[in-house]
Amino acid sequence: MNSDKILDAKGLACPMPIVRTKKSIAELESGQVLEVHATDKGAKNDLAAWAKSTGNELLSHAEENGVYKFWIKKA
Amino acid sequence: MMTIQKMTAKEVTKMVLNNEELFILDVRNESDFNDWRIEGNSVEIINIPYFDLLDDFNPALESIPDGKSVLVVCAKEGSSIFVAEQIAEAGRSHVSYLEGGMKSWSEYLEPVKVADLSGGGELYQFVRIGKGCLSYMVLSNGEAAIIDTSRMIDQYEQFMQEKGAKLLHTIDTHLHADHISGGRALAQKYGATYYLPPKDATEVTFDYEKLEEGKDIYVGNETIKVQPIYSPGHTIGSTSFIIDSKYLLTGDILFVESIGRPDLAGLAEDWVGDLRETLYSRYRDLAEELIVLPAHFGKVTELGERGLVSGRLGALYKENPGLNIQDEGEFRKTVTENLPPQPNSYQEIRQTNMGKITPNEEEQREMEIGPNRCAVHDK
Repeated sequence: MNSDKILDAKGLACPMPIVRTKKSIAELESGQVLEVHATDKGAKNDLAAWAKSTGNELLSHAEENGVYKFWIKKA
Repeated sequence: MMTIQKMTAKEVTKMVLNNEELFILDVRNESDFNDWRIEGNSVEIINIPYFDLLDDFNPALESIPDGKSVLVVCAKEGSSIFVAEQIAEAGRSHVSYLEGGMKSWSEYLEPVKVADLSGGGELYQFVRIGKGCLSYMVLSNGEAAIIDTSRMIDQYEQFMQEKGAKLLHTIDTHLHADHISGGRALAQKYGATYYLPPKDATEVTFDYEKLEEGKDIYVGNETIKVQPIYSPGHTIGSTSFIIDSKYLLTGDILFVESIGRPDLAGLAEDWVGDLRETLYSRYRDLAEELIVLPAHFGKVTELGERGLVSGRLGALYKENPGLNIQDEGEFRKTVTENLPPQPNSYQEIRQTNMGKITPNEEEQREMEIGPNRCAVHDK
């Protein structure tokens, strides 16, 4: 999936993946897509819930060799 | 700068069991919170996800009653420290966080003494308060047997060390679907014998000793007899024990406020008859004075004095809704329809307990997250 920016949050524990995601999203224009890479398993449910509560759209997610990838479209 | 304190799962457990007032701010996401959380008669708990507090911290501050101490809880602890520090910086005092988060909460075992046994031994119940699992240790003359051992074997090891006891047997009443058994690992480590009901063990990949009706297991003084009773229903092999002619360990067949579900090994329809036979006939024939000690509790209301979960068999026949369904068709419906969701990863947990898969420690932890949900009434 195409993205406008990639955030490497690998190795970071909660709450940092979401704190960084929030900051990165703020630097994008509406409609642009942020790709997040994280290794914290908790990030999966949290990112989905965070996207829902902020109105940003979680387009897709995948897991590759222990790395969780998320694609989030800015509202 | 204000400081925050660390609370351990053990400290929180003591507060819950002593009915001490405890205000908890759980900062996990809403679905995890709804699935499973810290409960207690004197616990007041609210949920505000940490990611909703990144811009505006006021909802958290406004939610904490004035002057009250607050415990912040999250999945592992990182986010709870982050939130707790901000609460403290805003001038609130008595702010603490749960060390290790819900992971630690899920793993802590509280040893509660059940009774002294007639031969001079002791019986302990280990209450896994965060998950609702109960395991048991029989101690006598420097020897120990553990029934329905949980995965965190170090906590039993430490207890046996304090008691100066040597492990002889680990016994599982059935092949568990809600938690990973520590019985095999602990037996291996101490050269003890690991027992399983043979009918639950047809697919296991390791050697074990067969639990058989009438085949007593001895611990220390001969008077402490562990007498197995075949009691199918939750699984086809489920076996109960009578210890010291007084204590009936029912595994996942009979709980204090509910009964076991027959569907976790995929054969609900086939086992309904066995479950009914065990509960309405086999157990009926046992002495009403027996004290039932189950392998689970569903609600904190089932925790009695000091946290002990138990009930007189005669009293359960009067009060337990699962023992009072006279109509067979109605019983069948209750135990096969509208059941609560199945425990997290229950199929992988069964595979692990059979030795078919060997997940690492972190994966095992993840598999066990959440409540046990082994009873039909755990909605």
